[in-house]
Amino acid sequence: MQGIEKSFPGVRALRGVSLTLRGGEVLALMGENGAGKSTLIKVLAGAHLPDAGTIELDGQPVHFRSPHESQRAGIAVIYQEFNLIPGLSARENIFLGNERSRAGFVSRGSERAVAAELFQRLGLAIDPETPCRRLTIAQQQGVEIAKALLLDARIIVMDEPTAALTPPEVDRLFQIINELRSRGIGVIYISHRLDEVFKIADSITVLRDGANVGGCTTSEMSRGKLIEMMVGRQMQDEFPRRVPAVAEPRLVVTGLRRGQAVRDVSFSVGRGEVLALTGLVGSGRTETARLIFGADEREAGEILLDGQRLTIRSPRDAIRNKIGLLPEDRKTQGLVLAQSARDNFGLPNLSWLSRWGFVALRRESKAFAVYRDQLKIRLPNEMQRVRNLSGGNQQKIVLAKWLARQCEVLIFDEPTRGVDVGAKYEIYLLINQLVAEGKSVLMISSELPEVLGLADRILVMHEGRITGEIANARAATQQDIMALAIR
Amino acid sequence: METEKLTTGRRVRTQFMGIVSYGMLPVLLLLCIYFSVRTYSEQQREGADAGRASAAAILKQFGPHPCVVIVAQKDSPPEAEFVTTLQQQLRSSGATVAATSIGDVGDARRALKTAVDAGKPVDVVACTQVPAAWPLWKNLAKDWPNLGKPKIMTPPTYMWPNFLTLSNLSNITERISVIAIIAIGMTMVIITGGIDLSVGSLIALSAVVSTLLIQNVGGGQNATPMVMILSSFAGIAVCGLMGLFSGAMVTVFRLPAFIVTLSMMLIARGIAQKLTHSEAVADVPASYKWLGLGADLFNIPNCVVLLLILYAVAYVLMHYTVLGRYIYAVGGNSEAARLSGVPVLRVIIFTYVLCGLLSGVGGVVLASKLKSGSANYALMYELYAIAAVVVGGTSLAGGEGKILGTLIGALIMAVIQTGMLLTNVDLDTQNIVLGVVILLAVLFDAFKRSGFRFPGLRGEAN
Repeated sequence: MQGIEKSFPGVRALRGVSLTLRGGEVLALMGENGAGKSTLIKVLAGAHLPDAGTIELDGQPVHFRSPHESQRAGIAVIYQEFNLIPGLSARENIFLGNERSRAGFVSRGSERAVAAELFQRLGLAIDPETPCRRLTIAQQQGVEIAKALLLDARIIVMDEPTAALTPPEVDRLFQIINELRSRGIGVIYISHRLDEVFKIADSITVLRDGANVGGCTTSEMSRGKLIEMMVGRQMQDEFPRRVPAVAEPRLVVTGLRRGQAVRDVSFSVGRGEVLALTGLVGSGRTETARLIFGADEREAGEILLDGQRLTIRSPRDAIRNKIGLLPEDRKTQGLVLAQSARDNFGLPNLSWLSRWGFVALRRESKAFAVYRDQLKIRLPNEMQRVRNLSGGNQQKIVLAKWLARQCEVLIFDEPTRGVDVGAKYEIYLLINQLVAEGKSVLMISSELPEVLGLADRILVMHEGRITGEIANARAATQQDIMALAIR
Repeated sequence: METEKLTTGRRVRTQFMGIVSYGMLPVLLLLCIYFSVRTYSEQQREGADAGRASAAAILKQFGPHPCVVIVAQKDSPPEAEFVTTLQQQLRSSGATVAATSIGDVGDARRALKTAVDAGKPVDVVACTQVPAAWPLWKNLAKDWPNLGKPKIMTPPTYMWPNFLTLSNLSNITERISVIAIIAIGMTMVIITGGIDLSVGSLIALSAVVSTLLIQNVGGGQNATPMVMILSSFAGIAVCGLMGLFSGAMVTVFRLPAFIVTLSMMLIARGIAQKLTHSEAVADVPASYKWLGLGADLFNIPNCVVLLLILYAVAYVLMHYTVLGRYIYAVGGNSEAARLSGVPVLRVIIFTYVLCGLLSGVGGVVLASKLKSGSANYALMYELYAIAAVVVGGTSLAGGEGKILGTLIGALIMAVIQTGMLLTNVDLDTQNIVLGVVILLAVLFDAFKRSGFRFPGLRGEAN
């Protein structure tokens, strides 16, 4: 790809970006959210037409006018949201649009054989006839890769493929990528996780503000240099330092229970403490948080704040008791995408931003401006729909909601998922500031470096139970956590 | 203080831009212009206006001192006004009004005799439309030789679109009043992501309940205004309860709104039929027509005043209150709303109750217009209301929509209907045109959103 340019109304998303991928190479495409990675990928996938620039495939210039043309040329893109139909089986999804048929009838037998062979090659234990909704995220990803292989893809693009995977699943994925590499398939790998990039990529291309800022082989690159290139400024430390406080307990949870997901969970979070709740996806971390917040009904258990027993039957009750939840998926749980930034900000705060049932619009605007400045939310104006904002800015708006609510206990579920490096750092700073004010933070994260860098204390969950506690998080290692998380 | 002013200015401007952004407003204006051009035709003057125009025409043609006889029909205030105004204007400029007649041919004849007796030759006989056609004038010179060969004049006419006459405009607003009222509640229900098919039947139920109460409990023809008001509120309240039931079914039991309200549609219609044994309930006082047909404020029909008040209240509710904010949030993403502490269940139930109550109001208005209640009222009104909402730019997927857009949508449909009546389009064709217009309106909206491309064809395998 040479000198690709693309503008949208009001934005120059790409200003002459170039990218070269060799066969059998894994290229990491890095950059903050809004740097132009997604746009570049969409140009390659034929979803956007470039304003200028050329794309060559094996020395031949190509012009993709639709995703279909790009697919036929051997380019497969695996987006974060999979393109699978939940009700159809793995086999049916792989062959969707490409059915093997005889006289109009699908020949299941031959399809099944091909699918089984693909899965075996990828080292995946998936029954081709399982409906996709019953597969794990990692398995669904495998189905997407198998689909790409079936189409004889020579270039596979993976957009944040590990965002929802557990560490063992990530290892499994890396084996698959190695397998693809050995077959001469070029892989473009997009991720915000630096560890992974250094582990898997052969070369790194960095974008910032729609332009190339550098590209080199992984061996020539260092962590600090990479972050600097992405952010455009020097950053001393990935995780800002903070003096841990010895804390008296504020939020005390005892005997929390709901079905198989949460079984007899008890813990406490102190004043000015960051408690990390970690474990594999599905270990009950998120479910525990939802029980405390009243999002799901708990079968047993007590929740106390500052010695007072709380009656929490709904999120409303929790909010009234000054507990806030930043949910794991901001798009489906955290934000009303069709509404403006200010309206989203106001949603949990209208009880104090209104009088006699009327919204106090001017006070709301003022309050929003305060938090917009404090969190450095970049917005053209407060009425901007949040759907059009970058991941980092969206997450900051969810944060602003709860900060304005003056919550004493904040539960952060994957606070930096899909957030770029710069915004991540700002979120870390904010968490530090919150605990410095004496608030309590319960943080759930799959990113172990983040857990180790930020938390005072770590609880590890496995199959709905707390399986271990690491009292001094600063001195622990990722291996310590994994040992407790896997069992 | 200075900054305060600036903010207000900006807010006013944003509000103004908000009104401009109603996508269907240009369509409505275009339709109005089209029908105005199509119905541009000769208009008759009436009353004082006719008197003034006639006076001017007579003075222009016959100089400052003509002798005039004025003839009009009786028992009609505009006719009398014509006579008084014309007489006054002529006299003040020095003309002679030899005689006036407000009555039948005999009266006119007597007036002519008076003029002859006065002895001055008559230059003009100024008539209104109907007397001008009397055979009396045919052989005037032969029958009344002493009269002085007067000219027969009618008030001058002028060109103006039939569409833009006061009577047609109030016809439009009256035609939509019931549908526009129920479309308010429908808009809110649709914004939360639901739908209410029962509104048409609830109109019938409310009309039947309130008229039955007046007829059987409140003393029939002799019912007092208080009885009529209470009965109307009873009808409205019954519909509110039906809405409450629908809302509870949709939220507590998570049943699909389509099916719940479809059932309510059948149930409400059935109750109305059982209550009336499928007969009209017409034993109500004449004053019952006040709401539907009266026009107390500047000649604006009372039901239109009610409609405007309801839209104003709904607009404030949706854009300035916490509840309005919650309605949009629930429709946009109910899970995010719940996790932000929005009482999702209560908000949804509220919209169904309000939709029921407004259907009840619509039922009372309709019963008042027709001075009776019947179980067959408002068939298909739910579909017209949904069409008004959708044409007005509200998304059936919920979360987005504007209350004034719905009013524009309802107006568009009424303008098309009355416009076609004025241009003599037959009834069958009217339905086809209406269907096509609804489709075009929604298509236009979809095109606008996708930047004038085919949203469904992008990336399709070829």
